[in-house]
Amino acid sequence: MTRQLLTGNAAAAWGARLADVDYIPAFPITPQTEIVELLSRWVAERDLGGRFVTFDSEHSMLTAAGAAAATGARVFTATSSQGLLYGFEMLYTIAGWRVPLVLVNVSRGLSSPITLEADHNDVLAARDSGFVQIHTETCQEVLDSVLMAYRLAESDDIKLPVIVNLDGFTLSFTREPVDVPEPERVREFLPSYEPNHAFIRGDQPMAQGTAVLGGFAYSYFRYQLHLAQRHALEVIELQAKEFEGLFGRSYGLVESFQMDDAEYVLVMSNAFATKGKAAVQRLRDRGVKAGLVRLRVLRPFPSEAIAASLAGRKAVAVVDQNLSPGIGGITFQEVASALYGANDRPALVSVVGGLGGKNISDPELESIFKDLERAASGDSVPSPRLLYTRAEKVSMDKLLSIAGKEGSS
Amino acid sequence: MSAYESSELEAIKNLKQIAREEQILPGTAICGGCGGLEALRLAAKVLGEKTVFVNAAGCFTLLAVFPYTPLKGSWLYTNMASASAGAQGVRDALDVLIEKGKLTRDEDVNVVVVAGDGSTYDMGLSSTSAAIFRELDFWYFCYDNESYGNTGVQMSSATPYGARTSTSAVTPASREGTEHGKKNLFEIWRAHRPPYVATVSARYPVDLTNKFLKAKTLKGPKLFIAHAPCPTGWLYDPEQTLSYSRLAVDTGIFALKEAVNGDVTHTVLPKRHRPVEEYLAGQGRYRHLFEPERNERALALIQEQVDRYWEAVSQ
Repeated sequence: MTRQLLTGNAAAAWGARLADVDYIPAFPITPQTEIVELLSRWVAERDLGGRFVTFDSEHSMLTAAGAAAATGARVFTATSSQGLLYGFEMLYTIAGWRVPLVLVNVSRGLSSPITLEADHNDVLAARDSGFVQIHTETCQEVLDSVLMAYRLAESDDIKLPVIVNLDGFTLSFTREPVDVPEPERVREFLPSYEPNHAFIRGDQPMAQGTAVLGGFAYSYFRYQLHLAQRHALEVIELQAKEFEGLFGRSYGLVESFQMDDAEYVLVMSNAFATKGKAAVQRLRDRGVKAGLVRLRVLRPFPSEAIAASLAGRKAVAVVDQNLSPGIGGITFQEVASALYGANDRPALVSVVGGLGGKNISDPELESIFKDLERAASGDSVPSPRLLYTRAEKVSMDKLLSIAGKEGSS
Repeated sequence: MSAYESSELEAIKNLKQIAREEQILPGTAICGGCGGLEALRLAAKVLGEKTVFVNAAGCFTLLAVFPYTPLKGSWLYTNMASASAGAQGVRDALDVLIEKGKLTRDEDVNVVVVAGDGSTYDMGLSSTSAAIFRELDFWYFCYDNESYGNTGVQMSSATPYGARTSTSAVTPASREGTEHGKKNLFEIWRAHRPPYVATVSARYPVDLTNKFLKAKTLKGPKLFIAHAPCPTGWLYDPEQTLSYSRLAVDTGIFALKEAVNGDVTHTVLPKRHRPVEEYLAGQGRYRHLFEPERNERALALIQEQVDRYWEAVSQ
């Protein structure tokens, strides 16, 4: 094992390298590009066997990725934002093929307006595709999750593609110390891929991706996809325990932070969860029983684990770094639905912030806890609450003024 | 195994030399009288059993409907826009698995895109251009029935001038139906300088077979446009498919040719071309050019275009 300072992107590339992938179809897009640049160099320098090929679009890239996985290769690819949406139909197609592709998405806000920094509307748009989704907070978790993603995807009783998500800029370009395990140790956890269901071989002809006619046949395969996803809840936890035994790092479906006696809880995901944890710590110092639940596995959605963590608390705020215009935060809906059948439900508050990489400041996080105290005592609080600071409003007014649009906001 | 061993890649001279063994068996959901399927049937005899057909959305997607396939080889349906990228993924994966010793050379397959003109001329062009650019060792078989046939015969950029489709209606304001001419796909492909581009017709099986045999000796992109008379869309009796195949060539509307490393040769040269009207007249999609009154201007234009093409060839 070596300890290196790696960006989130480099950690993702190291995950692919340690998984000894056979094939990397690629297309550049900010903020993901560093991943494929690194892999391209490693393949050129023969640090990594296999083949690196650039494509004319993410749609082609994902088609090649899925087709190579259907041929029997271990395949890695990465994209962001518009790229994920440009290749979108292939996400559903590849999941239906039941091939073990691992795709890293580096989250970035979607056009329009066109922008660069992170939010989760891109990856959450893919939540119904059939891909497993693992959302990461740290560079170490990125590397580890790529390895666990292959192990899961290639499991005989799963056979599902996986998206590993990390935040653009906040994690993709942030250097953190990362333990890079020895390839031999990785091999113990992740042996080479031996496809037994999806392959192309001259002596064993097979038709893959065939059409079905009739809803009864279509429904059968779609239900299979759902059942495999639900089964993955169990398998993810078993494999995470095995991973912990080998590497000493523990990952669950959700992560609980200061939750033992927590009364007021933030639910967050990805890199900004680190800021949420810091806020929890500050409130703890002031005697508030604060805690945080980080959503790590978004598909399959661990409803039971979430309900178990949140039932009995006084109040819970789900902080969504995404926006479904017309309803609000996306994961709020899912957390609320997980809690619906629970006894002793907490008061629930929805918060939307961090769109396009906008900061969620310390005072904002702390003000959410004030909302939680009010909600717990039965007062009504705005929900969803759209975070926007006075300073941000001043900056925006300045842009509007330059654009000759003052007074219209 | 293919009936054509590598030692037998010499050009054939007559029908009897075409392999008897079928690679595409009867019993598919494809329309009776499909000219494209007949061309693919002949092509598959040369390609042999160790082949994967990488399919783009279109009529032929209905070849393999779970749990049936008429193919002796393998099949992968991808999407409409990037079957060529799918072929790249398959080819690359096979190469890497062979390099790593996970697959033997004996288990290797020909990688063949099968796509209609809607996919090929329109939304799939970018991914195919990229595959040719990367010198992908693959085959591309376009069954060109000159419309989006599977969705009910809408105009594609392969629909010829003067043909009626369900999105290029004939009205008093638009007497020709389709107002634009076909894209010149052969030249678009040839501009990429692949080792092999050819047009084929099921009514010229010896020519078709020899083109696939020749391509078998070449590494890189090998691209075929198959004239695919479509009784459903062109509106004629299914038993006349091969007559229209023949008339298309005999009138000079469909030129049988190949380009080896960019150099074009016409492989079937009728001494004298028959008038284009003989090809057009019986097809329902052109009926408005003859009834209730003849559209002399349009008919003359179609004839002129064909004459001009062949004048350029003879120079």
